[in-house]
Amino acid sequence: MGTLLEVKDLKKYFKVPNGLLHAVDGVNFALEEGQTLGVVGESGCGKSTLGRVILHLLDNTGGQILFEGNDITSAGKKELRVLREKMQIIFQDPFASLNPRMTVSQTIAEPLLIKGKVSRREIEKRVSELMEIVGLADRLVNTYPHELDGGRRQRIGIARALALNPKFIVCDEPVSALDVSIQAQILNLMMDLQDQLGLTYIFITHDLSVVRYISHEILVMYLGQVVEKAESQDLFERPMHPYTQALLSAVPLPDIHHKHERILLKGEIVSPVNPKPGCRFAARCVYAEPVCSQKQPELLEVGPGHSVSCHCVEKNKPK
Amino acid sequence: MEQETKLLEVKDLTIQYITDESTVHAVNNVSLSVERGKTLGLVGETGAGKTTIALGIIGLIPDPPGKVISGSIKLEGEELVGKKNAFMRGIRGKKISMIFQDPMTALNPIDTVGEQIAEAILLHEKVTVAEAHKKAADVLELVGIPAARFSDYPHQFSGGMKQRVVIAMSLACNPDLLIADEPTTALDVTIQAQVLDMMNNLKSELDTAMIMITHDLGIIAEMCDEVAVIYAGEIVESGGLAHIFDETAHPYTVGLFNSLPGVAAIRDSKRRLSPIPGLMPDPSDLPKGCKFSPRCPFGDETCEKAAQDLIEISPGHLVRCRNWIKPKGEK
Repeated sequence: MGTLLEVKDLKKYFKVPNGLLHAVDGVNFALEEGQTLGVVGESGCGKSTLGRVILHLLDNTGGQILFEGNDITSAGKKELRVLREKMQIIFQDPFASLNPRMTVSQTIAEPLLIKGKVSRREIEKRVSELMEIVGLADRLVNTYPHELDGGRRQRIGIARALALNPKFIVCDEPVSALDVSIQAQILNLMMDLQDQLGLTYIFITHDLSVVRYISHEILVMYLGQVVEKAESQDLFERPMHPYTQALLSAVPLPDIHHKHERILLKGEIVSPVNPKPGCRFAARCVYAEPVCSQKQPELLEVGPGHSVSCHCVEKNKPK
Repeated sequence: MEQETKLLEVKDLTIQYITDESTVHAVNNVSLSVERGKTLGLVGETGAGKTTIALGIIGLIPDPPGKVISGSIKLEGEELVGKKNAFMRGIRGKKISMIFQDPMTALNPIDTVGEQIAEAILLHEKVTVAEAHKKAADVLELVGIPAARFSDYPHQFSGGMKQRVVIAMSLACNPDLLIADEPTTALDVTIQAQVLDMMNNLKSELDTAMIMITHDLGIIAEMCDEVAVIYAGEIVESGGLAHIFDETAHPYTVGLFNSLPGVAAIRDSKRRLSPIPGLMPDPSDLPKGCKFSPRCPFGDETCEKAAQDLIEISPGHLVRCRNWIKPKGEK
């Protein structure tokens, strides 16, 4: 399988009253077809912006996005319309991302109508097919979102995203608003769909156990930058960046026998507006040295498929 | 051993929200108790009735439509159900205080955080304004906020810091019981770790009893001594931490654990989670028998017909199920 998506030095800055907010700052990665790339980080780290810039819902400030080998950053309106058939998004909040005045079937049919050149009968057939794929009962076809629970609403969001047979879907916190038992149903559905339809996902989440479960490879983001990139299992077994280590240790485990040592971070995330030179994590880092606040570390490969952006990586290698 | 009165004792508490269209059975015959210095965890999914139980204890059920139908809530042996509002105002913030989920909306945006904390102290203690301010500054320090930020407004704080302010406020009058309703759900994990760590330290320092409401079994494992699992307004299983985590007996609790991707989870195209099928029943139209029976893998006709009582399957471990699951190795 080939590379579906390649992102090179992607940047997105927002103008704010007191300067430039570096939401995404020099992100690089390549994504193989049929794989899931997890993107984790805390609020404000730029993970949602990254997803939106890749889909061109937001214009990028710099860098390239190669989708099937073509740079889409300069795509015009017409080209984008064709592209969007192939790249879709599932949003976090199934309560806010559905039009309350449209029925289930209208919502799922909308992408088909926009694409055009399909008969009403074909649309009906496709809608009921999609509802079956995502596990929505036929009788719900004319219901409105407010009549349905969060899990079913998220299934509508998934059906809508699948309507035009996309290759690639950005999933922006798709299960964060759901209870665990419903969350598990949706995660299973998304993995089944990937197996059946060969979908490629970017899975954005703050939930580390979810990202580990669903991803092949994971990017850890901090203040707009990738601080660590590794295969899922490798990242969880051998986290090397001090931020990743703290992040993983912070998750409360549902296990009363294996207490893990918590690494408590000092302070809180600093502002991404006009960031200072040097490592953005340095202010909270236990290993920080003078060099960290002077020079920006590069994302360097430290093992097969495992890259870390840290000056002190040798010091904090897991024993 | 049982002679000493528990700090909080709730018996057969039933709370309903009654409207013209329907009656929502939010809390049904819930009994629980909290001992001094201990933490009880209430775990369950959205709409299970966790928050309503907390509001019932602290006397803040919105009436109408909410009504405490029956049951008793005793704080140090004193009955709270049916007490006048003025009496409850003396209890709230002084003996029982509550931390709400969303620190962004729990604070008054047009008052400085120090004033807001001092307000609670002035209300409950015979102190001068200057003394109240001094004490407010002290509790701010206690939760790790420099007293110099006394005169800052809530919008000048981050989410984690705001939650610390809310915690400082709830601890200002040294309450006997602290009810924390999803105190860290709105926070990022590294900030959550800081706040939980702080709460654990304060708890042992001040010897405050706590009711921790959460949907996160990980937080339960780290913070609690006792656990009650709530489903459709009922306790379906309760006991010590080891009972719930090691000898899980109720099919719903088992389902909750199985829904978690877990720590050992790795990407494997064959492996899938085993979620609980279906949805929680509508609390205005609950099943007649066992409320979990429609989703239960072991449910049968008997379960559907008759409601099930809590059974004590081992000392202190209560389960509301006829077909409770025996610990491994036992038949």
